[in-house]
Amino acid sequence: MWAIALKDLRSLFLSPLAWVVLAVMQFILARGFIVRVGEFIDTAPFRAARENAWGVTDAVVVFTLGDASLFLLILPLMTMRLISDERRNRTLPLLKSAPLTMTQIVLGKFLGISLFNLLITLLVALMPLSLLTGATIDLGKLATGILGLFLMLEAIAAAGLYFSALTASPTLAAVGTYGLLLFLLLIQAAGSADNEWKVLLDYLSLSGHFIPFLKGIISSRDLGYYGLFTATFLILAVRHLDAERLGG
Amino acid sequence: MPSLLSIEKLSRNYGNLCAVDSITFELAKGDILGFLGPNGAGKTTTMDMLTGNLAPSAGRVTVNGIDLLDEPRDAKRHIGYLPEQPPVYRDLTVDEYLAFCAHLNGIIKQGRTKAINTVKERTGLTKVGHRLIGNLSKGFQQRAGIAQAIIHMPDIVIMDEPTIGLDPLQIREIRLLIRELGQTHGVILSTHILPEVQATCSRVQIIHQGRLVFADTIAGLEQRLCADSLILGLKKPPPKAFISNIQGVQTVEALPDSRFRLHFAVGHNPAEQVLNHACEHGWGPYECRLEQHTLEQIFIDLTCRDQASQATEETD
Repeated sequence: MWAIALKDLRSLFLSPLAWVVLAVMQFILARGFIVRVGEFIDTAPFRAARENAWGVTDAVVVFTLGDASLFLLILPLMTMRLISDERRNRTLPLLKSAPLTMTQIVLGKFLGISLFNLLITLLVALMPLSLLTGATIDLGKLATGILGLFLMLEAIAAAGLYFSALTASPTLAAVGTYGLLLFLLLIQAAGSADNEWKVLLDYLSLSGHFIPFLKGIISSRDLGYYGLFTATFLILAVRHLDAERLGG
Repeated sequence: MPSLLSIEKLSRNYGNLCAVDSITFELAKGDILGFLGPNGAGKTTTMDMLTGNLAPSAGRVTVNGIDLLDEPRDAKRHIGYLPEQPPVYRDLTVDEYLAFCAHLNGIIKQGRTKAINTVKERTGLTKVGHRLIGNLSKGFQQRAGIAQAIIHMPDIVIMDEPTIGLDPLQIREIRLLIRELGQTHGVILSTHILPEVQATCSRVQIIHQGRLVFADTIAGLEQRLCADSLILGLKKPPPKAFISNIQGVQTVEALPDSRFRLHFAVGHNPAEQVLNHACEHGWGPYECRLEQHTLEQIFIDLTCRDQASQATEETD
């Protein structure tokens, strides 16, 4: 299982894609971060005059983490090749004839992309942490935000893995993942219109479950959502690969 | 000798199409089993089933006494598989790739370097260890594929058309390697190149339309390949009866160009008597040769006869 995870992580960084993605995203996030820090310093006199004014955690850290959800839009590009490439290069038999179960193969793949997600969240966390040199920030809130970001990325990674298992074409896998991702992001907008579907659509919305984490709230409702989301797509991927072995 | 691999009534259907129809055979240590068949006969399907890539519709596969369907993980430890296309990652170096395969097959960390070095030596990859697989020639990629299949020292090595697309020199080397493997492992080799089987295998099996139509050892095969007929060409041919009276000749067939086919019992070649007669009676012999059977003939007989009989069945 670890063999697959480590090999996948290595393959990601063998192509320039992962490096470029990380560099570009880091640049965009850093720019947003600097602007927010700048604003925070500029508005310091006004805030000093008010009670209950936002501290640096709310004004800078939370927004930076919110911006980091942009990584969601990159993730389908990272997951699209997970299994479809194995299929296209005819290396899937290598994994299937190794002493591994199908579940282990899928979990290995997921573990690989999870390590990448972990790297993303750590890189994102570095910027708020750099504030520690000159300010005190609410580390608890930062931690929950990071956790939320990681869980959200994991959920989309699992969906991407499933779409990648369906096809031999990475592009198709990416398009499928984007479709699901945009649907889940957009239904929140639809959900804001007042109707009887609102509760359901709100619950399904991907980013809706991220917001409590940014507020420092870890609720079983949100943990359950991401957990179920991830598990569902992983099980679907295992089932699909198994069905391929059994079916005609 | 106890069998390494035993296959019982293995079948596989794709919808209504029966790709493999209750095949039964065994493989013992030291066997190199040639698995022959025309394209689409079910060779690859069978191999996929033996390696756990495809689930059989019916039947049993036992590897070293472990049921492949009940305990796939334990059973697959004893199998190395080289699919038709070598399953290599083009963006890894040979060393990285083999390290991955060793890890995948559960070789412990301490043993990996040793396993990789041994296998590189056996397959002649030592010099290209640091090179990207994608930049290597097809022959070396094929070797990397073979190295992958034997890195965990499996008891059984299964190879699907291992010499396809290689140059004659590489084919010779790979064949040598396969024969070497046959001494320590049980090998199944699928191919449709007939001389390859005669050159490398110790047993032959022919599969046609999903069924085993022929199974024998190479020794048995060679017996079948022994000549039992003679072609005789005469400038001034006598009546057929004269020839069939010669001692040792069983039946005579007249062929065009005043040639005759003389059938005889295997091992009792009557050429000497026939030629003596021909010279004595001035028949003017200009040709006399043994008709050697080839594996190709047996193959074509088996696979085409079936088609012919099927054609008649259909017209009935």
